[in-house]
Amino acid sequence: MSRDHFHAVGKDIRKVDGVQLVTGAAAFADDFPKERMLHGKILGSPHAHATILSIDTSRAEALRGVHAVLTHENVLLAGAKGARQPVFERVAYTRAGQDYPEPSPWDFFLLDRKVRFVGDRVAAVAAETPEIAREAIDLIDVKYEVHDAVLTPREALAPGAPIVHDEPDARNIEDAGKNLCAAVDVHLRDLEKGLAEADLIVEGSYTVQRVQHAQLELHTAISYLGGDGRLTVIAATQVPFHVRRQLAQVLGWPVGRIRVIKPRIGGGFGGKQEMVIEDLCAALTLATNRPVRLELDRREDLVACRCRHAMELTCRTGSKKDGTFTAMELTALVDAGAYGSHSPTVPTNTGNKNLPRYRCPNMHYKFDAAYTNLVPTGAMRGYGTPQGSFALECHIDEVAEKLGIDPVELRIRTTVRAGDKDELSPHIYEVKTESPGPVDPSEGAGWPIDSCGMEECLVKGAEAISWKEKRSAFDEWNGKNPVLRKGIGMCCLSQGSGVAGIDTANATVKLNEDGSVNLFVGAADLGTGGDTVLVQMVAETLGLDAEDVTIYAADTDIVPFDSGAYASSTTYVSGGAAIRAAEEVRDDLIAIASKLLGESSENLVLENHAVFSSKSDKSIPIRDVATHSMYKEKEQIEHTARFVSPVSPPPFAAQFAEIEVDTESGEVRVVEFVSAIDAGTIISPKLASGQVDGAVSMGIGYALFEEMPVDSSGTQLMRGLNDYKIVKADGMPRLKTIFIETYEPSAPFGAKAVAEIPTNGVAPAIGNALKHALGVRLRELPFTPERILRAIGKME
Amino acid sequence: MKLHFTLNGEARTFETAPGERLSELLRRSGMLGVKIGCSTGDCGTCTVLFDGEPVVSCLMLAAQAEGASITTVEGLSRDGKLHPLQEAFLDEGAVQCGFCIPGMLLSSFALLEENAEPYEGEIRSALSGNLCRCTGYENPVRAVKRAARAMRGEEE
Ligand code: FES
Ligand code: FES
Repeated sequence: MSRDHFHAVGKDIRKVDGVQLVTGAAAFADDFPKERMLHGKILGSPHAHATILSIDTSRAEALRGVHAVLTHENVLLAGAKGARQPVFERVAYTRAGQDYPEPSPWDFFLLDRKVRFVGDRVAAVAAETPEIAREAIDLIDVKYEVHDAVLTPREALAPGAPIVHDEPDARNIEDAGKNLCAAVDVHLRDLEKGLAEADLIVEGSYTVQRVQHAQLELHTAISYLGGDGRLTVIAATQVPFHVRRQLAQVLGWPVGRIRVIKPRIGGGFGGKQEMVIEDLCAALTLATNRPVRLELDRREDLVACRCRHAMELTCRTGSKKDGTFTAMELTALVDAGAYGSHSPTVPTNTGNKNLPRYRCPNMHYKFDAAYTNLVPTGAMRGYGTPQGSFALECHIDEVAEKLGIDPVELRIRTTVRAGDKDELSPHIYEVKTESPGPVDPSEGAGWPIDSCGMEECLVKGAEAISWKEKRSAFDEWNGKNPVLRKGIGMCCLSQGSGVAGIDTANATVKLNEDGSVNLFVGAADLGTGGDTVLVQMVAETLGLDAEDVTIYAADTDIVPFDSGAYASSTTYVSGGAAIRAAEEVRDDLIAIASKLLGESSENLVLENHAVFSSKSDKSIPIRDVATHSMYKEKEQIEHTARFVSPVSPPPFAAQFAEIEVDTESGEVRVVEFVSAIDAGTIISPKLASGQVDGAVSMGIGYALFEEMPVDSSGTQLMRGLNDYKIVKADGMPRLKTIFIETYEPSAPFGAKAVAEIPTNGVAPAIGNALKHALGVRLRELPFTPERILRAIGKME
Repeated sequence: MKLHFTLNGEARTFETAPGERLSELLRRSGMLGVKIGCSTGDCGTCTVLFDGEPVVSCLMLAAQAEGASITTVEGLSRDGKLHPLQEAFLDEGAVQCGFCIPGMLLSSFALLEENAEPYEGEIRSALSGNLCRCTGYENPVRAVKRAARAMRGEEE
């Protein structure tokens, strides 16, 4: 099947929420203020690791306009009423937006006596105005007993290190007494045997830094109690259903009395797959019985939210002379930060979204994730994959060089094809935290790879950037030792589409008498165009136009459950549910039309707002069938369907970077960047290429300049967007994106995920281009001018 | 304290307190297209046109607007009809989350007022004060070119 057969899928339509967004109409959480709304503010810890000895809130309470001050004593200090009473139980939970029970450890408390990073919650205030709330925060007197802090995973895992989580009531930590948050150690067959069979063994180490989502909309929540006593939270979140469940857990409320509404979101990228502030916002509402708005400022967003996991990685590959791999090993030492949100799962992906794209019988993947006294890490676009892609793809280039094989050619020879199996991932998923030793190869377990355009990605991408020509032309240019060096580098990639066996989506499709449709989904469009893609899929199934479909997304009172928008799951998982619901509606329509037309159902199809007979050419408008059903048969056609995928079909890609490096200043300029991507069928071409462009821009920041350094006390140096820089409009290279369309049989219209994979390859492609330009391998991100000058011996 | 300025073509009077930022006053007055991504002048989401020039309204005091003419994104569409820039942003898929878009539209509007046929580099430098984390700027730049063509009366 190809896109020509579709009328709504594969076409560019205007984004369903577009007009609202270009006209400035109310759309985002902060656009829905409430009457009598108070403003929340959080007091953050000045210390990386400390115990609160005493906390005096009397001066803050006495300030006019202050309605509540919450502290770890779980005491409501109601200034106005003067009453002090416990309002919340101490409950261990995680704020990671994941299915229940969350794989992330329950190591967080609404407010705790111990603080574990600079910016960690100490107290929260609700007041009449933001200014009063800020003033009140300054009036809280806290005495701390300061502890030694651990600032790197190496320090954290060393014997005798200060313990980040010594509280007895945290749960599901791998080994709290060793600061070990999570760990995985998995073998596929026998690595040692594979190494023994190799003609060549190459080993290398690589380091990746923390970076931040830097989405433009700050974390924002507005909570209030309705006249019926129910709690509503309007939140900028990717995971409304998980937020509702976790709110119930921490506040001790029934789920049925909580409603979470996700309006439009101003960018998430994983940072909002986390209950960053909704719990405290709701707590302030319960403490004051007033609507409360809690919005972090940009500094708080940078120093006290989430970031990408920093890692030290090593790769080891055994290869035959012809490039056949006999053994591959990847190990990672992971900085989890102060809380373990997503730390068991993100580094899992580092291995299982990278190693399986190579054909190799013997593999080993291992990680240790350590707690440190730094900002917690979490979900971020690519979810652990970019770290592994950087290490592995730089490493494969080193293997290629030692073998004397062109990097593109080596990847064509060694990567998977349709019909292969990913044997490693099922083992990682099953064992999670226990080392099973070598897995029996005879069992043939593995996830089938049914669609794979990797080879074409490699070939077409290389053509698009003129790989061969430039590779040799630049060699010649650089041979003359100019100040300005040129390089071209590449890499290949894989990702997943949703989380296999976990991600769940439901959708309801309701047909109105005029043939229009209401679509209810729990999927949370975080600005990616997910809603638009779902509308296109339903319109396609029902022979309607996109304008005929109105979508309601992510109000937990109204729409059916969805795991949320993460792991590139919207198109694949939520799309699967939407299509199934639409198909059931289609079947009803055909059954009724068959009676009305006197035709057998097999001959009937939905096209162009009507039910057609392919046999007799008879037809009846969908509108008439719907009206008949509603008023004659007294039944509105409506169906809810669900989708849980047993697999997570990988999209594949190859990316290529052409760069120039100034060897005096150390500046790198990316001249051209090519992405060749197999994401199955492309549902919405412009939205899909927009995803690629955005992912590449984020990848450029990761590769070249984004980082989150701290001083020796653990205090972050980046305070705003003037020092934490992201790519600007005039800082982008020429982009070329090629979609290699395959058809994924398990997926809606053959579509796989597209939003994450293009961010993974930017750093390794640039790293490999730097090696080409300079002749030296840079092993640590980001490639700042200082690092480059040091690498070429021009700086100490 | 009373304040008078023209907002989206209409002469109006506002009440403001000393120290109030222009961005806050505008949001409070229902101009929700003025977004706050930083409050420190670094992101451009609060961009408005101040006597035709793009400025970041979070760094201005409301009082500075006395007598000025201010345009927000709400002032771009007239009588329910979208401005060609808005049309082009929709048609080119230039809107992802949309949080940066009002600011981008206003910076682009100011550019096209001065320069009906900008080069790509001129568009990129006009947009360089408007951070966007979603689009990589490709589709927005394409949209500005498309709008420029439409405004010059060229056929698509
Ligand atoms: S909010 Fe004004 S520049 Fe960011
Ligand atoms: S569209 Fe999201 S920040 Fe620009």
